[in-house]
Amino acid sequence: MCARVYDCLKCIGERIIENREFLTDLDREIGDADHGVNMARGYAAVIEKVPRDNPDIGAVLKKTGMTLLSTVGGASGPLYGTAYMEAAKALAGKESLTKEDFGKALELAVAGVGKRGKSVRGEKTMLDALIPALDAYNRKIAEGGSLADGLDCACAAAKEGVEHTKSIAATKGRASYLGERSIGHQDPGATSAMITLEAIRDFIRE
Amino acid sequence: MKKLINGTDSIVDEMLEGMVRAYPRHIRRLEGFDAVVRANGSRGKVALVSGGGSGHEPAHGGYVGKGMLDGAIAGAVFTSPTPDQVYEAIKAADGGKGVLLIIKNYTGDVMNFEMAADMARDEGIEVEQVITADDVAVENSTWTTGRRGIAGTVFVHKIAGACAEAGGDLAEVKRVAEKVIENVRSMGMALKACTVPAMGKPGFDLAENEVEIGIGIHGEPGVSRERITSADAIVDKLLEKILAEGIYNSGDEVAVIVNGMGGTPVMELFIANRHLNEALREKGIGVYRTLVGNYMTSLDMEGFSITLLKLDEELKALLDAPCDTPALVQA
Repeated sequence: MCARVYDCLKCIGERIIENREFLTDLDREIGDADHGVNMARGYAAVIEKVPRDNPDIGAVLKKTGMTLLSTVGGASGPLYGTAYMEAAKALAGKESLTKEDFGKALELAVAGVGKRGKSVRGEKTMLDALIPALDAYNRKIAEGGSLADGLDCACAAAKEGVEHTKSIAATKGRASYLGERSIGHQDPGATSAMITLEAIRDFIRE
Repeated sequence: MKKLINGTDSIVDEMLEGMVRAYPRHIRRLEGFDAVVRANGSRGKVALVSGGGSGHEPAHGGYVGKGMLDGAIAGAVFTSPTPDQVYEAIKAADGGKGVLLIIKNYTGDVMNFEMAADMARDEGIEVEQVITADDVAVENSTWTTGRRGIAGTVFVHKIAGACAEAGGDLAEVKRVAEKVIENVRSMGMALKACTVPAMGKPGFDLAENEVEIGIGIHGEPGVSRERITSADAIVDKLLEKILAEGIYNSGDEVAVIVNGMGGTPVMELFIANRHLNEALREKGIGVYRTLVGNYMTSLDMEGFSITLLKLDEELKALLDAPCDTPALVQA
């Protein structure tokens, strides 16, 4: 994917910004109605501030993480900020990306989110999209699939994960205050994580 | 949506500007950041720093001043401030004796403040934190986020602030703050949800005859929706849940906050306090001091919360100590 990492981030950002109202409406049901607004603000800053032509993918992702950290706020800022900064560790100094590199970056990102949020799968959070996505990606790559194949599987698994969040009660994050009342609603964080993966897949496919 | 604003993007900045211009004796803006610190600095004492999303005014900037906080950070509306902002406020407030962070228990606030505390410790600043979690509407459990920090936080600011002003060291100030946290409980309700300016519509919908019991301070729905009754019956309902904690018993003395959520006429808060005071006395619980007003708001939400703090001699003395801040002045 060479030095096109900025274009990929722009693609993610545009997709998040398009879904600003949708994510916020989801958050309105079980949270505090700001997820889309905050994420859109963060990605607008990423599109503006992240260098377009730095070939070092790790450096670009680190800058992306720092930018999200300082602009998104709430819980999503530290979580997505940490995800990018952890992913950056796997890609430091790299100017192109193999399917193994991507897998390692995704693995670190997912682990970082779990650690920062002190959370595990099944608590109605981002992790309910990200962990199945990572597992599906790794399975496909182990079978000899390409980066694009792996991302297809990751996105399908993320989508299922988002669906699954409708059936469970939140035990982490602001939706946890609703407890059982949160059942029936899909998690906004899991949804934005799915949108992020889908944007990466569509970018790689093009 | 009808709001007295110039645009949704400039709200926090313009609010802080207006605040420091109103109270130049008390506070100044930390230049380039969405934070305020004491106008005269905090040399030689433990500094107290708090903050959170905006929309809870006068919290927290209104509590910066002698006898209470040393710095406060204002995030976007209902959104925790980011670690870089909190870090700058810690650095600016630090008077060389360490900094105590007072964090309301929300996932985002805790994460952002903890990241900032790590950054400040790397710089050699001594930082400790306490987390307020006074809202009894939310059940506590090891497996969940736990209870929310709401209006009881104001008592933590007041009492820990008095301790720091009197020369308490960081460990002492933290101990007192934790003592308040152990003895303070709150519960709120809403008649009408608030409208986050960037969203333009209310956080949830309530019918004309409905109220939401167990509301938080971020427009998030409460724990149950019920038909509206009378002020006295609603006070009884909130009080019953608070008393079920078993902290407040006959013979105890408490401090009380009847807190408006921003859109409630103060008249109605006094009506609520009338019955609250009566109900507490009937149960043999003495009311030592009462605050009635908008102390921890939720934008334009209509509703209120009740906070009780059980007092001992130490807490009474610190509660009685003078303070001089934009939102609370005590001679």
